[in-house]
Amino acid sequence: MSTFDTPFVRSVAAEEAAKTGFRLPLPRREKLIPYLVPMAIVAFWQLASSAGLISSRIMPSPADVALAFWSTTVSGQLPNDVLVSAGRAFAGLLVGGSIGFLLGIANGVSRISEQLTDTTLQMLRTIPHLAMIPLVILWFGIGEESKLFLTSLGVLFPVYLNTYHGVRNVDRDLIEMGRVYGMGNWTLFRKVIFPGALPSIFVGLRYALGIMWLTLIVSESIAASSGIGHMANNAREFMMTDIVVLALVIYAVLGKLADVIARVLEQRLLAWNPVYQK
Amino acid sequence: MTVNTRERFHAVAEELVYERDTAPTAGAGAAAISLTGLEKSFGANRVLRGINLHIPAGQFVAVIGKSGCGKSTLLRIVMGLDEPNAGDLRFEDADGVEASPNARIVFQEPRLLPWLSVADNVVVGLGDGIDRRSAMKAAEAVLSEVQLGEKAGEWPARLSGGQRQRVALARALVSRPGVLALDEPLGALDALTRISMQELINRVWRELGFTAVLVTHDVSEAVHLADRVIVLDEGRIALDLSIPYPHPRRHGHPGLAELEGRLLAAILGTDGGH
Repeated sequence: MSTFDTPFVRSVAAEEAAKTGFRLPLPRREKLIPYLVPMAIVAFWQLASSAGLISSRIMPSPADVALAFWSTTVSGQLPNDVLVSAGRAFAGLLVGGSIGFLLGIANGVSRISEQLTDTTLQMLRTIPHLAMIPLVILWFGIGEESKLFLTSLGVLFPVYLNTYHGVRNVDRDLIEMGRVYGMGNWTLFRKVIFPGALPSIFVGLRYALGIMWLTLIVSESIAASSGIGHMANNAREFMMTDIVVLALVIYAVLGKLADVIARVLEQRLLAWNPVYQK
Repeated sequence: MTVNTRERFHAVAEELVYERDTAPTAGAGAAAISLTGLEKSFGANRVLRGINLHIPAGQFVAVIGKSGCGKSTLLRIVMGLDEPNAGDLRFEDADGVEASPNARIVFQEPRLLPWLSVADNVVVGLGDGIDRRSAMKAAEAVLSEVQLGEKAGEWPARLSGGQRQRVALARALVSRPGVLALDEPLGALDALTRISMQELINRVWRELGFTAVLVTHDVSEAVHLADRVIVLDEGRIALDLSIPYPHPRRHGHPGLAELEGRLLAAILGTDGGH
C-alpha cells in the first residue's frame, strides 16, 4: 500500500478516470488559445460593420468577404489566381532557393569558392531586390520571367546566408572525428556537414518563405495579368474592397500554410534535436 | 608445431591468461608504436622536445603530466591528427615489419553525431563499404559489450554523459582496432561513472588485446589501468615507470598507492616543490 492510497486520493483518482472516460474528441484548450485573438477581432469587426460604424467603402464586413470568397470560387477566378500565384511562389523558391543553397554549401566548404563569390553576394544582398522592378519590367516585360526573377532573387539571399553560416558553424570537433574515423569528403558531407547545417538551413527557408510572398505580391500588383496580386489590384480600380480584403486573407492563409509545411518538415528532419523532442 | 597444435596451444595459453587475470598477450592486429626524436612546435612554443618511446604491441601505456606538458599533442601525432616538425613515427606488426594498423581514438568529449541513432553512431566506426545489415549486427554486438544494447535506437541526446562516452568507446571498438588512443576520455565524468568506465576499458583491453595509449591527468587512473606510465614534463619524458601488478586491479591496492605517490612526486617535484 502506498503512502498516497487514502480514500480521498482514491475518489479523486476515480473522478479523474471518469472524466477522461467521457471526454469528447474536441481539440484541447491549449490548442485553441492561439486562435482566440483572431476570432475576437473578426467578431468585433463584423459587429462594427453591421452597426454601421465602418463604411463598406473603406472596409467590407467579414460576411462580405466570405460572400466574395464564395462568388469568386464559383466563378473559378479565385482558384485559378491562387494556383497561378502559388505556382510562381514555388518556382521562385525552387530556383532561388537551390542557387542560394548550392552557393551556401560551396562557400561554406571551399575557401576558394568563398573568396571568389562571397563579397559579391554580400554586396548584391544589400540592394533591395524590389528596387529592381523598373529594370526587370524593361528586361522581361510583365511576363512570368519577371516574377520568377524577382522571387528567386529575394529568396536566394536568406537561403544562401543561413546555409553558409550553418556549414561554417558545424562543430569542428565532429568534422575532426569524421576525418579520423576515415570518412571521405562525400561521406563527411552527407553524415556530418549537411545534417549539422540543417537547423540553420531551415531558419533560412522560413525567412525565404516570408520574402517569397512579399516579392510576389508586390510584383503581381505592378506587373501581372493574373494571380492574387493582380486580382487585388484590379479590384481596387473598381472599388471592390471585399475582393481586396479577400486577397489579404488568402495571402495570410497561404503564408501560414507554407510555414506549417516548413515546420512539419523541420520536426521530421530535426527529430534528433532535443528542441523538437517531446 | 603444426598449425593445429599451435592454435590449440594459443587457446590453452589464452585460457591460462584469463584464469590468472594478468595482462593479455597482444591481440591480432595489435601494433607496436615507435617514436624517435619527435619534435613539435606551435609557433615559438616547443611542445615536444625529442620524444623517444617504444610501445610494444598490446601494451597499455598511460601518459600523464601537467596541462600543457604536450601529452595530448603526442597522442594527436600518433593518431595522425597533427604532423610532427621532426622525428619519426612508426607502427610495427608482430614481426617488426612496418604496418599501418587500424587505429581508433576516443576523445574527451563523446563527439557523437546527434542526428544519428546510437547504433548508427557506432556504425560510423566501421567506415564505408560495409553492407548495412552486417554493420548493424556488429554495432549491436559491441553495444551490448558496453552494456548499452537496449539503447541502440535512441538519439544520443537522450543518454547520460557516461552512456554517451560508452557509445564513443563502442564506436572505437567496433572495427576491432589494433591501436586505441584515449584522450582523457573520462575527464568529464563523475567519480563513480569514471570507476565503472575504467573497469570497462580494462575489460575490453584484456579481451581484445589492442595497444592502448591513454592520456590522462588522473594519476590514480593511470596506475589503475596501465602497464606502464610515462610522465611528460615540458615536452620531454621525465619518468618511465612500469606498473607490475596483474589485472584487474583493486582500488586501494597498497602497491599501486605507493607507485601513485612516486608519480605524483615526479610530476609536482619538477615544479620546484611547494
